[in-house]
Amino acid sequence: MSNLDSKKPVITQRRRFLSVMAQSVGLSALGGMVWTGYIEEAKSAPLILRPPGAKPEIDFLRMCIKCGQCAEACPFDTLLMAKPGDKKPMGTPYFIPRDVPCYMCTDIPCVPVCPTGALDEESVSSVVEGEKVLDINRSKMGLAVVDEESCIAYWGIQCDACHRACPLMDEAIVLEYKRNDRTGKHAFLIPKVISEACTGCGLCERACVTEKAAIFVLPIEIAQGKVGGYYIKGWDSKDEKRLEDVSTDVATQTKRSELAPQDYLNSDEVLFDD
Amino acid sequence: MSLSRRDFLKTTAAASAAAAVGIAVPQEAQAAVAQAESGWKWDKGVCRFCGTGCGIMLATKGGKIVAVKGDPAAPVNRGLNCIKGYFNAKIMYGADRLKQPLLRIGKDGKFDKNGKFQPVSWKRAFDEMEVNIKKALKASGPEGVGVFASGQYTVMEGYAAQKMMKGGFRSNAIDPNARHCMASAVVGFYQTFGIDEPSGCYDDIELTDTVVTWGANMAEMHPILWSRVSDRKLSSPDKVKVVNISTYRHRGSDLSDVEIIFSPSTDLALWNYVAREIVYNYPESIDWDFVKKHIVFAASPVNMGYGMRRAGEKSLLPVRADGSAGKYSAKEMEIINREMQTTVSEKEAPALAPYGYKAGDKMVHKPAGLKHWEISFEEYKKFLAPYTLDYVAKISKGNPDESIDDFKKKLQYLAKLYVEKGRKVVSFWTMGMNQHTRGTWVNTLAYNVHFLLGKQAKPGNGAFSLTGQPSACGTAREVGTFCHRLPADMMVKSKKHRTIVENSWKVPAGTLNPVGNQHIMKIHRDIEDGVVKFAWVNVCNPYHDTASANHWIKAARTMDNFIVCSDGYPGISAKVADLILPSAMIYEKWGGYGNAERRTQLWRQQVLPVGDAMSDTWQWIELSKRFTVKDVWGEQPLRGNKKLPDVISKAKAMGYNEDTTMFEILFANKRAKSYSKDMNDPINAGYDDTESIGDSRGVIGSDGKEWKGYGFHIHKYLFEEYADFGRGHAHDLADFDTYHRVRGLKWPVVDGKETQWRFNARYDPYARKANSGDFAFYGPLAKALSQGDLMGITDKAKKSLKNKAKIFARPYMDPPEMPDSKYDTWMCTGRVLEHWHSGTMTMRVPELYRAVPEALCYINPADAKIKGFKQGELIWVESRRGKVRARVETRGRNRVPKGLIFVPWFDEKVFINKVCLDATCPMSKQTDYKKCAVKLYKA
Repeated sequence: MSNLDSKKPVITQRRRFLSVMAQSVGLSALGGMVWTGYIEEAKSAPLILRPPGAKPEIDFLRMCIKCGQCAEACPFDTLLMAKPGDKKPMGTPYFIPRDVPCYMCTDIPCVPVCPTGALDEESVSSVVEGEKVLDINRSKMGLAVVDEESCIAYWGIQCDACHRACPLMDEAIVLEYKRNDRTGKHAFLIPKVISEACTGCGLCERACVTEKAAIFVLPIEIAQGKVGGYYIKGWDSKDEKRLEDVSTDVATQTKRSELAPQDYLNSDEVLFDD
Repeated sequence: MSLSRRDFLKTTAAASAAAAVGIAVPQEAQAAVAQAESGWKWDKGVCRFCGTGCGIMLATKGGKIVAVKGDPAAPVNRGLNCIKGYFNAKIMYGADRLKQPLLRIGKDGKFDKNGKFQPVSWKRAFDEMEVNIKKALKASGPEGVGVFASGQYTVMEGYAAQKMMKGGFRSNAIDPNARHCMASAVVGFYQTFGIDEPSGCYDDIELTDTVVTWGANMAEMHPILWSRVSDRKLSSPDKVKVVNISTYRHRGSDLSDVEIIFSPSTDLALWNYVAREIVYNYPESIDWDFVKKHIVFAASPVNMGYGMRRAGEKSLLPVRADGSAGKYSAKEMEIINREMQTTVSEKEAPALAPYGYKAGDKMVHKPAGLKHWEISFEEYKKFLAPYTLDYVAKISKGNPDESIDDFKKKLQYLAKLYVEKGRKVVSFWTMGMNQHTRGTWVNTLAYNVHFLLGKQAKPGNGAFSLTGQPSACGTAREVGTFCHRLPADMMVKSKKHRTIVENSWKVPAGTLNPVGNQHIMKIHRDIEDGVVKFAWVNVCNPYHDTASANHWIKAARTMDNFIVCSDGYPGISAKVADLILPSAMIYEKWGGYGNAERRTQLWRQQVLPVGDAMSDTWQWIELSKRFTVKDVWGEQPLRGNKKLPDVISKAKAMGYNEDTTMFEILFANKRAKSYSKDMNDPINAGYDDTESIGDSRGVIGSDGKEWKGYGFHIHKYLFEEYADFGRGHAHDLADFDTYHRVRGLKWPVVDGKETQWRFNARYDPYARKANSGDFAFYGPLAKALSQGDLMGITDKAKKSLKNKAKIFARPYMDPPEMPDSKYDTWMCTGRVLEHWHSGTMTMRVPELYRAVPEALCYINPADAKIKGFKQGELIWVESRRGKVRARVETRGRNRVPKGLIFVPWFDEKVFINKVCLDATCPMSKQTDYKKCAVKLYKA
């Protein structure tokens, strides 16, 4: 990359930094009142990863009072509080798994200390023998995604550092065994993320040995697509569950169905050339 | 270094001329052109790490290794690597590489044991070594000079070290870290086959129907081989079965059809159970033709101790009323006392019943050496009788949460797999069976089962000992850098063998020391006893990797001795040392390794060493310049009022004089000089050779002058002289140049052809030559035995068992330390895929460091809950010998049963060898790192 090419982003970065600075100056001048408006500004960070038990982002931003108690409670210094320049909603907790992932403490010290329920204890609890217990495995901080082109396990390298680092090994990351026809006598051991079990802790991203992690955590809504309810897997009885929320509004419209039948039928268009 | 400018011009000119007239340029030359143009150069190498022996290609540019790729032409890995192999390009360039000699210096500028490390010249370094070796020789004789050697030595380094130690100093106190790794396998091979190393090869993986792993986490420790096992399983998932046998669940269970979790040390019971099933319940499965023709049965003493210190040794004196003794606490003595006497437990009593013991009996232990004798099949059958399904299941079930019936079903399934007619079976093992107080025994038990069924030394069939280190086979074992060995399976105690070596080395008859007993643990103990006064660490980290580490560190740091450490990076051993020598690392020197399937692989020096680092070969040869005939070949005292004769007059008769240096005799002799360094030779052209011709760094050498090289091809000389020992003796290696053209060859290499399956007349020319039918177990060691029964020898007369192998009666016995009320948990140590040994290299690769920055304490979640430990919390792991803090891990790669923890040893900050017990297999002297008792509490 030439110097010219690299200049542009530098300027943009700097501008963004200055604008965030300006906003935060405004904030300290006007007190808490401006928070909501400010958040609208800084919401341009859809890639942010929240602590375990965080409510959906819109609710979370409404409920989080930026007290920092969750970050205080984290024994691994995983949680950061967004500062000016972080390009994240100011004062809210987040983590960068490549630097410090969530180590998935079984007692989840960051959640019960949340005074507002922005971090929802209920969502990281399960009932064991009639008793509610904290269950970090239920957390959904994000979802790990593999870039198959840069993942060296897909080259045939015996790596799987992410699989071994996964606290839910064989549940959240499983290995798929495939024959390597290129060598004729080795197997690929390929990491696959199981979205249902993945908590988004990022221990895999942290462990990944490529220069830039080939497995990384994204917020679930960004990482995942969504299949409509109108087709159910015939080979998977559990898939019918999706029918539970299915809408009865089944009307469809495309450009082709724009015209009412008579309007279409009464038009000579398409039938004759010229 | 890239092609020289002249080479480059020559090749490009030829290529463009050829292109102009339409001549086909050989591919290699074309490749050379492409390389020269692109500014980097590829050459073949071998992976630095495990015993798998993957071939790699190294890219050099600007005098640095900049990249590696798996070598597509390498038969082992065909272009693939594991993640350690993936980072070979990065291992030499850590920010804290050692670049100059460092000596502990006091205020007066002189060596001071309590001084701080300061840079010194190579000359000063050798001056200090010379003075301190002479001091040690004077104080203790040759036994006072020790070397911690290595299974990671190149073939040439190991040979140079062994030559100077045994031929020069007449000291056999040279022993490799392979002692901690492969010694039980070696004694197993010696006792069973009479010759070291596996009969099979990796091709067995593609040819077998069944892979049984015994104490081998191949998925993490031999990943490329495991991917071959995985491929074999995928090729026929219903037919091919994989069984994983371990004391805890590890990654190897992932692929397995059945996982057998056993209680530590009961693998002997499992093997004997399978043998009992064969003999008692499936007698029709016995290959009697094979057994009658090729097998004898044998037994050995059982009361042989556990390889710990024995009462009366200097550091165990005086014995005090509180139970402590010498330098050992009362707690430590609780275990050490079992070296002399144990009480037969309920657990081991049935297995020991055929030997006349019952529960509660006192067993008095005595050193038994390697003694064994022939017994009848009926005696062997009697020995097997106790290993019923009920007894074995009862003592072996290792997971308290598993039902005994489920466990029994698994044992029956295992036996049936072995027994099934026509089913090919390979049993793989590594440290689980080698690092074992009955390691030699359990190794021999593996062969028993395969022999009975006629499933050994055949394609796809065999018990196969996998190797941990890249040249545990090639150097430690084949070159013989063990205290008791000489090259090519020869022994220091054999006069015949010593004579062969003395003749080859052109040293006087009687020079070599016949007493070879200073194995690694003995060297440490001898330092603690004040006998060894000088020790040199080569390509290993003995102060990090040895159990009961507190004792050895204290002895090295506080007693009157001089410890030298040669290394690429500063680790625990360097920290403990008095003098540190900066060593050239793997691709900074010419070298050769031998892997677990007998494949010898050589490589060329790719780059110049960093700083003033020089290879260990050079360090040894330079040291040899400091010692003359009169310094080392006069009469020398040995322990026990023995002595080595004065051979100076014989030396004179050979044309040497009192002032002839060991350098002139051992390294710069007539034969050595005949290997001229011809830079037009295609093997040498374009490649550096720091030792032979010096290099552009102009390092100031051991004499204070610029290093200009020996002037002959020192590597070729060392290799060829060494290889001659094995040629014609079933250890045949090809010539030096050939190994630079091929991707390794499996010895014996006869008439240019490698050998896939030894002892099998169809594949092994030596077996054919023996003319004893389809098989010949022609190894020459221990091939005449007295006759007896399980209790001992009844007829001393020795009967020859030429070309035969042995099935041994060897019972289950408890290890010396087991969990009790005070120390309630089993502790096992080992490796993780991301790190190599003590982490001196891999902890400096940023990606590997980040992936696994610290060693964790793997514990069962139920145990953690009972003890009140939280995931990720720091706890103490304490044994009778020491304690470390480690973080609790209840998840992840290793899932341990209740009552057992696993703590890896790569991390010097979680110094688990302070906790481990230095009990060894009494036959192999290999430490048992897999079991000791600990207690756990909050930090």
